[in-house]
Amino acid sequence: MPADPKRSRSILSSLRRTLGVGVLAVLMASPLHAATADAGPATVPAGIATASDPGVAPAVAADPRLEADMMELSHKLRCLVCQNQSIAESNAPLAVDLRNQVREQLAAGKDKDDVIDYLVERYGDFVLYEPPFNAATGLLWVGPFALLLAGAGWLAWRLRRRRGEIAADGALSAADRERARALLAGGGDAASNPASPESRK
Amino acid sequence: MKAKFLVPLLLFFGLAGFLAFGLTLNPREVPSPLIDKPAPNFRLARLDQPEQTFTLEDMRGQVWLLNVWASWCVACRQEHPLLVRMAEQKLVPVVGLAYKEVRGDGAISTRGMSLEAETAMAVERGRRWLADHGNPYVVSVMDIDGRVGIDFGVYGVPETFLIDREGRIRYKHIGPITPESLQTQIMPKVEELRRAG
Repeated sequence: MPADPKRSRSILSSLRRTLGVGVLAVLMASPLHAATADAGPATVPAGIATASDPGVAPAVAADPRLEADMMELSHKLRCLVCQNQSIAESNAPLAVDLRNQVREQLAAGKDKDDVIDYLVERYGDFVLYEPPFNAATGLLWVGPFALLLAGAGWLAWRLRRRRGEIAADGALSAADRERARALLAGGGDAASNPASPESRK
Repeated sequence: MKAKFLVPLLLFFGLAGFLAFGLTLNPREVPSPLIDKPAPNFRLARLDQPEQTFTLEDMRGQVWLLNVWASWCVACRQEHPLLVRMAEQKLVPVVGLAYKEVRGDGAISTRGMSLEAETAMAVERGRRWLADHGNPYVVSVMDIDGRVGIDFGVYGVPETFLIDREGRIRYKHIGPITPESLQTQIMPKVEELRRAG
């Protein structure tokens, strides 16, 4: 089959485009570009966080263990602006502020529970990514297991009852036996069958 | 035995009911744990006289509102005329908390900026904004770094806190105040607190 020149040209051009974008991306990530971007920070659209953005936490604590603790805690805390992100993941200005708070308080020697209490006092349980077990959240925590148990219980009860029913049905009367034999012999009459599906109810 | 067939249908309606109720909830409105608790104290520089400070204690004995605002906040522009009207009618004293006036503005880089320079800029911007849009505040204070905002559990601008004579937070309104929320929520609570004291 001859190659379709139009098609191969379009593949070529898309390849070129892809390469072009790649080169552009490399250029943008280069220090040269970062320097020019710094010269005109006002050109960075508001709300878009870049590495050179003042909104991104600049201060990484000198102590790597402190920084690790801060990140560990931050993963447990919900950002109130981007509610499906933790404050470790979010670059919302509030998340940056809260990370700084966490870092500052850990550096001041507070332990992790104190820092969490500090934030819960101000923002409520909502700030915790893992909701605590209390009266308001009890149903949430226990509910799925309660449903599972209830379902399993209902199934067990049904199966046991069904087994009883089958055992009871299993005892055939002499008339039943006679009819079964007739059916097997090919002489059965469906119309006269009292056990047809409709009549069972 | 026939009723058995209704069970899945009823389950479905039950579930649909829960989901419909869920649609009426606003997940953006996080209830504040500070309601009925003493408002966190603060000492901040005034916008009109930056060399002077203002504290929570200065409002003791009054029922008042703390309105969190910023010149870069778009929704604040929406509620501002209402605040101005409230001030004209002398409904309730409102204290402004100018929240992260400079560093909260995404268009401005505060990197390398000293706190003095940032404060001076906040004063200039804040005053200009109030001159342009009207000043409904008995006083505005500057929360340059947003620390007081965190103490109050602020997570967006605007937010408004209703504070009683003893300095307890009694109500928090998230987002711009509307004439309706003023009439149905805020003012009735203000009246109630005034009567109580």
